[in-house]
Amino acid sequence: MTSDTTAPLLDIQDLHVSVGDREILRGVDLTINEGETHVLLGPNGGGKSTLLNTIVGMPGYRVTQGRVLFKGVDLAELEVDERARLGIGIAFQRPPAVRGVKLRQMLEVAARGELDDEAIATLDEELNLGHMLARDVNMGFSGGEAKRSEMAQLLAQMPDLALFDEPESGVDLDNIAVVGGAMNALLKGEGRISERRRSGLIITHTGHILEFVNADVAHVLYNGRLACKGNPLDLIDEISSHGYDACVECKLCQTLS
Amino acid sequence: MSDTQLSPSAIARLEEIRIAAESAIDKQAALGPDVDITRFKTVSEQQKIDSLESLEKQVKETVIHSGFMADESDRSASYFQMDRTPIYERVQKAFDDAIEIMSTEDALRLWPEEMLEKYWWRAVMPDKDKYTALVALHQTEGYFIRVKAGRKVEKPIQACLFVSESNVSQNVHNIIIVEDGAEANVITGCNVHVDVKEGLHAGISEFYVGKGAKLTFTMVHNWAEDFSVRPRTGVIVDDDGVYINNYVLLTPVKSIQSFPVAKLEGTNSTAVFNSIVYGLKDSHIDLGSEAQLIGEGSRSEAVARTVSLDESVVYSRGRLIGRTNDCKAHLDCRGIVQSPNSTQWAIPDLASEGAPGAELSHEAAISPIAAEEIYYLMTRGLPKDEAVSMITRGFVNIDIPGLPDVLRKQIDKAIEETSKEAM
Repeated sequence: MTSDTTAPLLDIQDLHVSVGDREILRGVDLTINEGETHVLLGPNGGGKSTLLNTIVGMPGYRVTQGRVLFKGVDLAELEVDERARLGIGIAFQRPPAVRGVKLRQMLEVAARGELDDEAIATLDEELNLGHMLARDVNMGFSGGEAKRSEMAQLLAQMPDLALFDEPESGVDLDNIAVVGGAMNALLKGEGRISERRRSGLIITHTGHILEFVNADVAHVLYNGRLACKGNPLDLIDEISSHGYDACVECKLCQTLS
Repeated sequence: MSDTQLSPSAIARLEEIRIAAESAIDKQAALGPDVDITRFKTVSEQQKIDSLESLEKQVKETVIHSGFMADESDRSASYFQMDRTPIYERVQKAFDDAIEIMSTEDALRLWPEEMLEKYWWRAVMPDKDKYTALVALHQTEGYFIRVKAGRKVEKPIQACLFVSESNVSQNVHNIIIVEDGAEANVITGCNVHVDVKEGLHAGISEFYVGKGAKLTFTMVHNWAEDFSVRPRTGVIVDDDGVYINNYVLLTPVKSIQSFPVAKLEGTNSTAVFNSIVYGLKDSHIDLGSEAQLIGEGSRSEAVARTVSLDESVVYSRGRLIGRTNDCKAHLDCRGIVQSPNSTQWAIPDLASEGAPGAELSHEAAISPIAAEEIYYLMTRGLPKDEAVSMITRGFVNIDIPGLPDVLRKQIDKAIEETSKEAM
């Protein structure tokens, strides 16, 4: 499979994914072009995290049908680390603690060793990392600290496609602003040496994060399929007034999908 | 040594030691496989040397793995024993009046009354088992190091006990005295020549840490695959004294069993034990430490990290005994078994002996590196093998004060090699 400059950055075609014996995703089609930020909504257990973990290549997520192309490359052929080096990054909702590995080392890994003191200082300033840098990553981090640490790692990595799994969950308002600011910096390339705009896919329940990050389009993942798509803020309004069941039937979606 | 000038009490003491040792010469140790000590002959005499640089190249390269530098510019004093002979003893000029270094037999000849009264078999009992008895009856030197009161010696003192022949036993008796208010960092390496196969090293170490004194003792073992090693170590720490014991084992050994005991007799005295152990090939490794918290306000901590591979068997023990109300101690021992043919035991052991206020705790765990941790690092772009070695390095990378760079590099190298093997 060769890379095609006109191809979308991420192209998910008829994706079916099982975890254990359970089929979680049942035919997902999703296209994300360069510079676009998409939002993924949907009830718990609908498969949102499964979709992100499948794109990243985490073990246990078995693709039974369909495929995921990134930059025209079929990801099925690539290991987790190869996907990361090709330009996929993720901020986990609940990242694991790793005893003995410091956040600073994680940043160096993410930046592939190209991280000088100045770059670390910039990240520190942006995300208020402070003493976290010298601590074992995620070991005893508070909710806000874990999110800031994840964002710092993404900023060090600067992936072409950034995946965010509930960036606002378990985080107070001050931290949401900091995390949102970092997401903006990453996606919109503000003040950074990046001509090209990056792409993002954000899982959110509350939509709070969208007060800080402009997203182009939202999708509702419902029963393993993308049930509808629309303007992110409109969709969130609809869902908060009528719930997901009503949302997937509503006119707003019907007209757009 | 001639007994003729000795006081009656010194003569009586020597006799007491001899009788105790003779009674224990067949006494098996409480732990570890039994070694037939009658199979080995005593190590031989060797030629003295004027400079460490004149050591055989291969010997120099071997001992550097345990932090022993032939170039002494970063060392305050050196002791090198080849087989039974102390072939080199030197204190660097700047530390001439701060450090005494010589063989223990020389120290006993120089100050027999003082040695016998205060230091000679006072921290380790000669009748503990057959190995202490062997050393008491057939001692082949060992190092004596004394750091004078109030002298804080930052540059490490180095000692090397080297065995160049096969089928011998080296029976050393070491004594370190850090007088009141003094500080010392002692690095000792036990090494064997690359050609050596079978043998026994029985090493008695008695350390005395004075009031407000601090001893950091780092021991790196670098044995042969058919070598048996039975160190017996006793440490006595006085008021406000600090003893830090670092132990590193990165090479295969037939069997080693060691269980140093620190008696925290002084008020506010402290003992810290750190160890990094790699179990390789069919090594039988039985290591631990004991802290006796006797003095009011005494503290102790033991941190052990063990990685075992191949067919190795590793016991990681730790014992804390609280004997005073105001004492606190913690054990932290973690292991990773990387081979289906390897076995690890983690055996924490706590006792409060009539000390209702003693706070003793432990964490012991044997578990693999979690897959989710490996994948977490991979999502940042790190290949799997590098992720495993980074996590393993983090696992053993305990904060060891006074560990020389060369040892840190050595540990890193061992981790690289073994984590590749474990993939």
